[in-house]
Amino acid sequence: MSLFDYTLKELQEKLHNKEITVSDLVSDSYTRIRDVDDQVKAFLTLDEENAMEKAKQLDEQLGADASILYGVPLGVKDNIVTKGLRTTCASQFLDNFNDPLYDATVVQKLDEQNTVTIGKLNMDEFAMGSSNENSSYQKTRNPWNTDYVPGGSSGGSAAAVAAREVFFSLGSDTGGSIRQPAAFCGVVGLKPTYGLVSRFGLVAFASSLDQIGPITRTVEDNAHLLQAIVGHDQMDATSADIEIPNYSEALHQDVKGLKIAVPSEYLQEGVNQEVRESVLNALKVYEDMGATWEEVSLPHSKYAVAAYYLLSSSEASANLARFDGVRYGVRSENANNMLDMFKMSRSEGFGDEVKRRIMLGTFALSSGYYDAYYKKAQKVRTLIKNDFDKVFEDYDIIIGPTTPTPAFKIGEKIDDPLTMYANDILTIPVNLAGVPGMSIPCGFSSEGLPIGLQLIGKHFDEQTIFKAAHAFEKATDHHKKRPALGGDQ
Amino acid sequence: MNFETIIGLEVHVELKTDSKIFSPSFNGFGAEPNENTNPIDLGYPGVLPVLNEEAVNFAMKAAMALNCDIATNTKFDRKNYFYPDNPKAYQISQFDQPIGENGWIEIEVDGKKKRIGITRLHMEEDAGKLTHNDDGYSLVDFNRQGTPLVEIVSEPDLRSPEEAYAYLEKLKNIIQYTGVSDCKMEEGSLRCDANISLRPIGQEEFGVKTELKNLNSFSFVQKGLEFEEKRQQKELLAGGEILQETRRYDEQTKETILMRVKEGSDDYRYFPEPDLVPLYIDEAWKERVRAEIPELPDARKQRYINELSLPAYDAMVLTSTKEMSDFFEATIDQGADVKQASNWLMGEVSAYMNKNQKELHDLALTPDALAKMIQLIEDGTISSKIAKKVFAELVEKGGNPEKIVKDKGLVQISDEGQLKEIITGILDQNEQSIIDYKNGKDKALGFLVGQVMKQTKGQANPPMVNKILLEEMDKR
Amino acid sequence: MAEISKEQVKHVAHLARLALSEDEVEKMTKQLGDIIDYAELLNELDTDNVEPTTHTLDLKNVMRKDEPRKWINKEDALKNAPDQQAGQFRVPSILE
Repeated sequence: MSLFDYTLKELQEKLHNKEITVSDLVSDSYTRIRDVDDQVKAFLTLDEENAMEKAKQLDEQLGADASILYGVPLGVKDNIVTKGLRTTCASQFLDNFNDPLYDATVVQKLDEQNTVTIGKLNMDEFAMGSSNENSSYQKTRNPWNTDYVPGGSSGGSAAAVAAREVFFSLGSDTGGSIRQPAAFCGVVGLKPTYGLVSRFGLVAFASSLDQIGPITRTVEDNAHLLQAIVGHDQMDATSADIEIPNYSEALHQDVKGLKIAVPSEYLQEGVNQEVRESVLNALKVYEDMGATWEEVSLPHSKYAVAAYYLLSSSEASANLARFDGVRYGVRSENANNMLDMFKMSRSEGFGDEVKRRIMLGTFALSSGYYDAYYKKAQKVRTLIKNDFDKVFEDYDIIIGPTTPTPAFKIGEKIDDPLTMYANDILTIPVNLAGVPGMSIPCGFSSEGLPIGLQLIGKHFDEQTIFKAAHAFEKATDHHKKRPALGGDQ
Repeated sequence: MNFETIIGLEVHVELKTDSKIFSPSFNGFGAEPNENTNPIDLGYPGVLPVLNEEAVNFAMKAAMALNCDIATNTKFDRKNYFYPDNPKAYQISQFDQPIGENGWIEIEVDGKKKRIGITRLHMEEDAGKLTHNDDGYSLVDFNRQGTPLVEIVSEPDLRSPEEAYAYLEKLKNIIQYTGVSDCKMEEGSLRCDANISLRPIGQEEFGVKTELKNLNSFSFVQKGLEFEEKRQQKELLAGGEILQETRRYDEQTKETILMRVKEGSDDYRYFPEPDLVPLYIDEAWKERVRAEIPELPDARKQRYINELSLPAYDAMVLTSTKEMSDFFEATIDQGADVKQASNWLMGEVSAYMNKNQKELHDLALTPDALAKMIQLIEDGTISSKIAKKVFAELVEKGGNPEKIVKDKGLVQISDEGQLKEIITGILDQNEQSIIDYKNGKDKALGFLVGQVMKQTKGQANPPMVNKILLEEMDKR
Repeated sequence: MAEISKEQVKHVAHLARLALSEDEVEKMTKQLGDIIDYAELLNELDTDNVEPTTHTLDLKNVMRKDEPRKWINKEDALKNAPDQQAGQFRVPSILE
């Protein structure tokens, strides 16, 4: 058993009892990475020297009032900016971006809680993708079966937690990028309500959809990590100024009487039989605990993918325009004039998927097409948001699958953008509506790949998600299974 | 064929807030390159804009002073274009919901008053500064990036380059009065682009317009437009066609030169800025800002006429810049006579500024010193003539007029006994002049006064010199 | 059915400052065409009386005080610059 099989609470007991030290935790992390990361390929950059130094300091400073995250090894998705630590977004454009000058607000907050950053995690380039195959560096593998994708775009973040390379990690979710890889890798991933976690220092993909969120092995630890990163940030004008609840307190509340809505659209054709069965089994578990569920309709679900690709690509086309080769990043060596500096640097620095989305977004915003595509999609977004509002008038939570299928094989969908996009059909509506969504393990396919259950809450009602997810976790043992890697049994 | 000239102006004004519009960097002119920048100004990955409240208040003030309607609901948009001085490759601007609309200002040309419409006033961020070297490279300094700007777009109501000049003077004056900008064209805190087209008199439809850029002073705006007006007229009369193009004014050749021909309109792909939330400006906010707007030039001018009984011309000149008007008011606040203060400012002070190409704030003269000097004239301590000497000292070096008068011994000689003694001596030496005077040659009196002044270094009280001279000559 | 031509793709690529090879233009024309085709699905919906959503949060008037703050020095500003001279970022002057 690895130290990373314990919960945060258990680790803190061990630290305070002097059974283990922070240095043990951190060196365990690097040892594990050395053992298995040539198979998993989750990490892009390691920060071992600094991390070991920090661990030593933390060991000296450990006091009785230490936070529950004290000394815990953390992995950070490579689109979250870390001062003095290379941040590439898995793009060749930022290959030399070795000192981004500042820390993202979430990184600052976790630093105050004394977590230890182990390194930066692989992702689809600029968070565009659902398989990590769009990383310009390496393809992260699914720890449950390395022929399969870990999901994306936070594939490195989910795989590293599943593989016990770090205790927990941060991901980002624009259309499912935390929940889908969490489902594929059998871990717990939360996309918080839009505005709950500061986006300052998250390299923007689609500003109105992006959220940073925690990826952990258990629901309880997820609540602790979320608690540390939420809160109003004066550096982010879209960060909500609300009273922050205590998420751990919500964990142990009873789900008896909980009213669950199950969107019929989330169980229809296209959803794999094994996934559907796992979800129905999960609903049975809830029934046994005294909750009730009913089928409802989110009638505009089928329009979500189209609306999402138009909106997210439009925003991305502007967000990624700053990568122009003037102030940072890699400038093309072949550029002799200003126009070529822009065009060649960008063309050499960006991969195919990024180019495709920039093209789509530029087109959707261009003169003559704005109303037909961009504005139309914004209106459809309103309809989708209204669908959720309506269901939440009568229900406490929405439950369904996170993804239509378990993880797919590497290379299986890479050549067909539309098929790849369809993979996000169940997660995208949540981002469009701005509500919180979590994926927790709820079973395994016949091939031994994890299946994710998605729990969707009202705006800023993460507590109900934690309550429901924790109750399910206690009643089941899917989360206790671990992938066989590097000689593990 | 006779043509009518149609001109519209786009003016950018930098707002002098302490920090930038979307980042906490210092907002100021003259720092070392890239000194006033931070990751937000540099468009680093992951940074976000947060709106400076004061920039909104300043923009509102400017819009209100220009008689605009203030939007209740407004927002920011991204204007997308690539250029090395535009670090995000989009400029945060306002597209379809500007903070101010439907304004106007009144100009006066050749004694005729005319109202010029203002289509819109919107907020945006300034770009960095690109300097071209002659080695094939350009250098970028991002200090200016993120300086709050308002863009003020006039209606095509201007009918001559002269009107355009008057509009700019008036616009600058009003905005300076509000205190939200220095409007210094030489520092780039006010910049102007001009659109000009011609149409046959009587025709309703506008002709094709050209856009003038690189206009570095108001008089270059006027000269550029004058050149362009003639160029277009010549072209049209020759049966030619005006192309929609951007031209720049060359200060050396005094011509406008083609920069580029516009093909269709630029595609800036505006869309709502998702990193910022909308603004809701309620009546209370509007009133709060309105209450902070000081008296504007037209109102001040009326007050000078009605309450200070100044001639209309004086009132106009004194209010033509806020600096002059403030100086004037400070001078009379110190007790100076209104008409005297006005005369000095419009006379000696203005002449000095013109001659030396200086502004009021460049002078060592203070309102307090001017007021004291005027008082010294009034109470007879110095003559108006001596006052000019005192002024010359005050304007160059400053100081206390009383002290200058004392130190330099410039006090007017008004002591009757002392003057009588001097005059007696002069009359003794100029008997011929007395004879001449008595024979009706008035010039002789002038000569004698001159002699007295020469001997007293101009300090003799002139009316007393006259009086005593006549008395003494009568005695002889 | 929505069509996107190669010429349009080239124009959009120029707006986005991407240099695409002829092969890439070809491929992009097909793929963008497919995606835009798929997006036509949205036209099934009557949205005449629907307000567009930019933000899901009902936030307004989020502003900061006008207080300047020094953050980085001018050397840091140039730390990651691909090319620099005399404390400034250097770029080619010639447009194209």
